[in-house]
Amino acid sequence: MTDKTLSQDLICGFIWCVALGITFMFCWILFDIISHGIPEISWTFLTSSVQQAGRSGGIGPIIISTLLILLVCLCVSIPLALATAILLSEFSNSHQRFTRLISTSLEILAGIPSIVFGLFGNAFFCIICGLGFSILSGGLTLACMVLPILTRSIEIGLRSVSDDYRLAGAALAIPRVKLLWRIILPAATPGLVAGLMLGIGRALAETAALIFTSGYVDRMPGSLLDSGRALSIHIYDLAMNVSGGETNAYATALILLVLLLVINLVAQWLSHRFLYRKVQL
Amino acid sequence: MSLSPLDKRWFWLCRFFAFTCALIICFIILFLFVESIPAIQSIGLERFFNDSSWHPTPDPSTGSFNLSAMLVGTLAATLGAIIFAGPLGILAAIFCHFYAPKQIAYLFRRMIELLAGIPSVVFGFWGLVTLAPIIRNLAPPGPSLCAGIIILTMMILPTVVLLSDAAIKNIPKKYIEGAAALGLSRWSTIKSIVIRASKEGLSNAIMLATGRAIGETMAVVMVCGNIAQIPNSLFDPIRTLTANIALELGYATGQHRSSLFFSGLLLLGIITMMVLISEKLKSEAIRD
Amino acid sequence: MGCSDKTGMQEQPSIQRLIVTGSSTAAPLVSDIAKRFEQSQPDIRIDIQTGGSSRGITDAGNGLADIGLSSRALTLNEKEILQCHTLAQDGVCFLIHKNNPIQKITNKQLKNIYTGKTTNWKQLGGLDKEITVIQRAQGRSEVSLVCQYFDVKPSDIKADLIAGENQQGIKMVANDESAIVYMSVGTSEYEVSRGTPIKLLPLKSIPATAENVAKGDYPLSRPLIFVTQSHPSQLVSKFIEFAQSPQVNDLIKDHSFVSITTR
Repeated sequence: MTDKTLSQDLICGFIWCVALGITFMFCWILFDIISHGIPEISWTFLTSSVQQAGRSGGIGPIIISTLLILLVCLCVSIPLALATAILLSEFSNSHQRFTRLISTSLEILAGIPSIVFGLFGNAFFCIICGLGFSILSGGLTLACMVLPILTRSIEIGLRSVSDDYRLAGAALAIPRVKLLWRIILPAATPGLVAGLMLGIGRALAETAALIFTSGYVDRMPGSLLDSGRALSIHIYDLAMNVSGGETNAYATALILLVLLLVINLVAQWLSHRFLYRKVQL
Repeated sequence: MSLSPLDKRWFWLCRFFAFTCALIICFIILFLFVESIPAIQSIGLERFFNDSSWHPTPDPSTGSFNLSAMLVGTLAATLGAIIFAGPLGILAAIFCHFYAPKQIAYLFRRMIELLAGIPSVVFGFWGLVTLAPIIRNLAPPGPSLCAGIIILTMMILPTVVLLSDAAIKNIPKKYIEGAAALGLSRWSTIKSIVIRASKEGLSNAIMLATGRAIGETMAVVMVCGNIAQIPNSLFDPIRTLTANIALELGYATGQHRSSLFFSGLLLLGIITMMVLISEKLKSEAIRD
Repeated sequence: MGCSDKTGMQEQPSIQRLIVTGSSTAAPLVSDIAKRFEQSQPDIRIDIQTGGSSRGITDAGNGLADIGLSSRALTLNEKEILQCHTLAQDGVCFLIHKNNPIQKITNKQLKNIYTGKTTNWKQLGGLDKEITVIQRAQGRSEVSLVCQYFDVKPSDIKADLIAGENQQGIKMVANDESAIVYMSVGTSEYEVSRGTPIKLLPLKSIPATAENVAKGDYPLSRPLIFVTQSHPSQLVSKFIEFAQSPQVNDLIKDHSFVSITTR
């Protein structure tokens, strides 16, 4: 018996070590970013435009472009991903072949290198669709890219809702769509939010797919058809191309993380409200 | 369960949207194929695997176009990353559910979500400036397969953790309550019930993460050393197919450019094979 | 020169756009030049896009871009259909870590290092350390320049590591006391002035400085060029004239390149 509790303790300790190890690595990177980036950050850095290719000046227009690209990306990818995930999780027993095909293609899509997405986006959205280098083409390319991860995590979230609801709904002859909308989606909210965060994180962190689509122009975008530089591209350019751009690269990375944190907190808050409102039927 | 008319309409809408996803894949394959046709025609498939090395030139008669070293590099880096990130990520998800106090689990999840949003450039930069010198002290030259595996592990970890976390949440509560009623210890519950019940979700998480690892570009360019060779040890530099595209595309013309697209197509082939094999395994597992 | 049509331009209410694509080395500089040009011409927008020299040349050729940027000279085939205009000059030098005692090096020694015949710094009178030879990515203009200079084929070069963008090479050398790499003189000098622990090796005993590149003494240099179709539009020529004029010399210097007007 003592042997058993000892091995239990060992396993518990090991799992704590894993979690601490991951936290440690994360804090290491985070500390690196914060310690290099924080001296540069000020209100003017956030609002003013880029000067000297980013070595001085701020990142105001870049933040705006990034948010616009993200907005386009989410507006397109969320409906697509939601619909696909619903098909995969709720209707999957009715058309086996078709759902298999969809889920296979999503898995393949997940493995396509981001640079290939970039080249594809450039050929398809910029040239064939005639959108040129623009926030719109960047957002659409990103939407294709985050689709698998978004769909997969929404699907997992939906599947996590107990089948009891579905059976009860069927017994009461409630149309599945109503059931889905009123019960299952709200119950799956935490999973959906986690998936959304993963997708947003992926979209914000993307570099290679955007260089060829949303472009490099660091002016304040006037419309969705203007080219606009995303934060991650700015970081890449500063860190890799511009001598002396390092500190501002770190500062920009810090802003990116803060942005992500803000989005994350807002999403958490919204999901809690949503959960409360809907489940109190 | 039959579908009501309202359901049917929604069902078709969902199908239409899902079909769009599949269409994107077709477009990408078509695009890669069209771009790589010139290379396949003028260089020929066998030269991509039989040439002496990778020293491409715009003119196919003077260059050599062997991609196999990079294929090995890609597979080695991906495999290494998945070997670490898979178990670590699943353990971290288990930590969130069964070991951590609620508050810590909450913070841990937020942290992992933040980790998912760190740009690959930042990982790569950190790897180049901090990690590579540490590895160089152990075994020169520093940027190597090992550095690549570490960075890739960190990059795909959030995917594994968050998706496994969702999959574990998926398990009906009664299973775990039942296990508790039987007097099973925490770890036995996890081992014999949690992992088994969430097997499909966990394997999906790992599949997605593998895809991410294969497709990662910018970070790998910075930490892997980029020599197109078959590595003899963990500390040898390697070049992955994605790194190859990122490094040379900006300067490539003619057949060189086209052969880079071919390497993209090759990558897509590997991914497709992997997906199909894993699905086969999955369906066999279900049948058993 | 542009005075005669300046009034004509201002009467047009619509905004004119120029698309410039190409070399990631030149893009930050041209982006700054474009900003200054836009200030004096409020009805013009210049969009700069990167993606590498060959992209710039291709885009200029098929009309996707008004101007292509390239950090390599055009090949003979390309010259037949395209026009090039030099923007600035940039040298290529060999870099080692600051703590490496080597002060000078002959071309023969360099060639031996890069072809794998010399593998230890001791053989050159330095410390007993294995040389970490860093090559640049295939297709970059530095590679063909250096290969031509030493009369070797890219496939003869035996490298331990390969660096893509400049900063990657700089970081590799700054972190490795036994490494050697070649790269832009401008970038290297700038990094030295910021205190990065690197050292520029003289070539044929000529110190690698922007000054020597400007004088034309330094043996290894390459141009940064604008590529246009053979009959560029008025606006394109105007922008190119502006970028070649002394008005932007401070920007070129700021990005550590050598302007052609200082020659």
